[in-house]
Amino acid sequence: MPTFGGFAAPITIEQGTARSTLLVMNNGTVVKLMDVHKTYRTGEVEVPAVRGVSLEIKRGEFVALMGASGSGKSTLMNLLGCLDRPTRGQYLLDNTDVSHLNRDQLADIRNGKLGFVFQSFNLLPRTSARENVELPLLYGRHQLSNQQLRERADRVLASVGLQGREEHHPSQLSGGQQQRVAIARALINDPEVLLADEPTGNLDSRTSIEIMGIFQELNGRGITIVMVTHESDIAAYAQRNVVLRDGLVLNDFAVAERRNAVVEMERLTTSARDERE
Amino acid sequence: MRVGSTFNVAFRALRRNKLRSALTALGIIIGVGAVIAMVGIGSGAKAQVEAQIASLGQNVIVISSGSTTSSGIRTGWGGAGTLKIEDAEAIRREVPSVTAVSEEVPSTAQIAAGNQNWFTRVMGESPDYFDIRQWLLAEGAPFTAQDVRSANKVCVIGQTTATQVFGNDDPVGQTLRIKNVPFIVSGVLTPKGLSIQGTDQDDVVVMPYTSAMKRVAGGTTLRNINVQVANATDLEPAQQQITSLLRQRHNIRAGRDDDFTVRNQQEIAEAATATADVMAGLLGAIAGVSLVVGGIGIMNIMLVSVTERTREIGTRMAVGAHGRDILTQFLIEAVSLSSVGGLLGIILGIVASKILSAIKHWPSLISPGSIVLAFLFSAAVGIFFGFYPARKAAALDPIEALRYE
Repeated sequence: MPTFGGFAAPITIEQGTARSTLLVMNNGTVVKLMDVHKTYRTGEVEVPAVRGVSLEIKRGEFVALMGASGSGKSTLMNLLGCLDRPTRGQYLLDNTDVSHLNRDQLADIRNGKLGFVFQSFNLLPRTSARENVELPLLYGRHQLSNQQLRERADRVLASVGLQGREEHHPSQLSGGQQQRVAIARALINDPEVLLADEPTGNLDSRTSIEIMGIFQELNGRGITIVMVTHESDIAAYAQRNVVLRDGLVLNDFAVAERRNAVVEMERLTTSARDERE
Repeated sequence: MRVGSTFNVAFRALRRNKLRSALTALGIIIGVGAVIAMVGIGSGAKAQVEAQIASLGQNVIVISSGSTTSSGIRTGWGGAGTLKIEDAEAIRREVPSVTAVSEEVPSTAQIAAGNQNWFTRVMGESPDYFDIRQWLLAEGAPFTAQDVRSANKVCVIGQTTATQVFGNDDPVGQTLRIKNVPFIVSGVLTPKGLSIQGTDQDDVVVMPYTSAMKRVAGGTTLRNINVQVANATDLEPAQQQITSLLRQRHNIRAGRDDDFTVRNQQEIAEAATATADVMAGLLGAIAGVSLVVGGIGIMNIMLVSVTERTREIGTRMAVGAHGRDILTQFLIEAVSLSSVGGLLGIILGIVASKILSAIKHWPSLISPGSIVLAFLFSAAVGIFFGFYPARKAAALDPIEALRYE
């Protein structure tokens, strides 16, 4: 049976039960965009990047944002990630209006409610996997002892199959392993939403399937995932695809033939064996 | 609440770049080391000058005779001969804080004993002179008040004079001919070394001022009156009392200039230490420049580091760091570098000044105050030069920073 590099340990998400009760209480909507606009101003010229997007994402959904470059998907991702504020419209994250918060308040939202996975991993160089994973905790509301930091980081690292690699530096890890460290970092604060910006963009197809496997596994445990991608075969691992064009939602549909990472991995392994024989 | 973890973050970042951190700190180490060593040498030199000044005597006031003009030729201080023996006695009598007075009649003369002769300074003084100058006798005895009253032909000689005229013989009790007048040597002074001006203080003959007037210098006036007061706080009032007493005695009307000058030893000391101060200041300033250069080194490295770590800053912001957290992190990095550099620099400076004073025989004096000051200054350098890069880092836009290549 193919495994994702030892990704077999069950993911223990703290307050898991508390969250499922919440799920019933708040009607399941975790992200709600209402007629959101974002216009960049470069000198005299106003460039509209997002021109009125309304979107609702329910708790536990796995959504892929798709679109060609210039479609506004990156801008939308920045807005969803509370890295930027909409010029117009409203953004409710976990029933809180975050469209008018200041820099520091947004930073606290990002720390507490969001987890980020980037295309180029964005791990701190010459820093152990453990310390990379601890990073969001250092900026959190609760001051934890070094011992507590270590325990939490090691637990989450183990949950993405990196047990025994805690001391490794990014340069000593493969691309897939680095991305898993980044996923562990995104998970350490139990986010409401996991945001992934082209998470497989720098990975080969096999490792991409591995990462999608992790995403599907996490999603299976109730974690909401929003992923930006321009590859339709990657988007096929999500439940729902939202296609953007020219700053507007062009298409929003449930994936009919959803791919399963376990099956895909099996197929890849078999075909590799066939070629060899 | 976040301060603890910010320290953690900053130290982790420094540890990640050990060589760079060490090289950056080196700039401060050298800067602080130079400041400590140079200021130590400067204040050592100053202390030496002050010790020489102190050898002139404690709490001393010198009254000098004024100048005069004869046929358009001005004589300079002491030329007028305005100070009389009676003036000195009046000071002794009427200024209460005065503890010792010595009437001074300086001159130079050819002296001889046996088949040796020598040209030297001859000082006419009162017995108080030895107290005022804190000048002890190596052997024999000083002349007495009785010798002054009778203008006896006795004298005390300095070490240099003794060696030049008497060689290895014991001069006490021997006859010394001064301008062909035979004097009995009653004692030999302890060596005092060079004066601030560089003259040999031990090349001297001291005799009662009455004898000096009668037999060596001629005249009946005093060039100087040396006065000692009990405490340093008495210097100013005593100076004023002496001035008004002498003006009254010399019948100088209000508005006219004094025909004498009154200076205290502090003023003389200030003039002499001014040079040492300038030297110490210059040394300190040169060393300070290297400290500033070290600070600019920190700023340079921090700026490079901010640029190089733009993505890292973006990542930190994405996971919830406030601008303030980033600012504090970079400030702590800068201040840690500069204060660790400061501490090592202090050690380097102390070692360097010890080596210099051992090799070059320069006195050096490192005060705890200068160590504390150097440390605080190095920390301040860190804050000052670290602030701009830190603020630059904190002001980054997270989206731009994340995308930075």
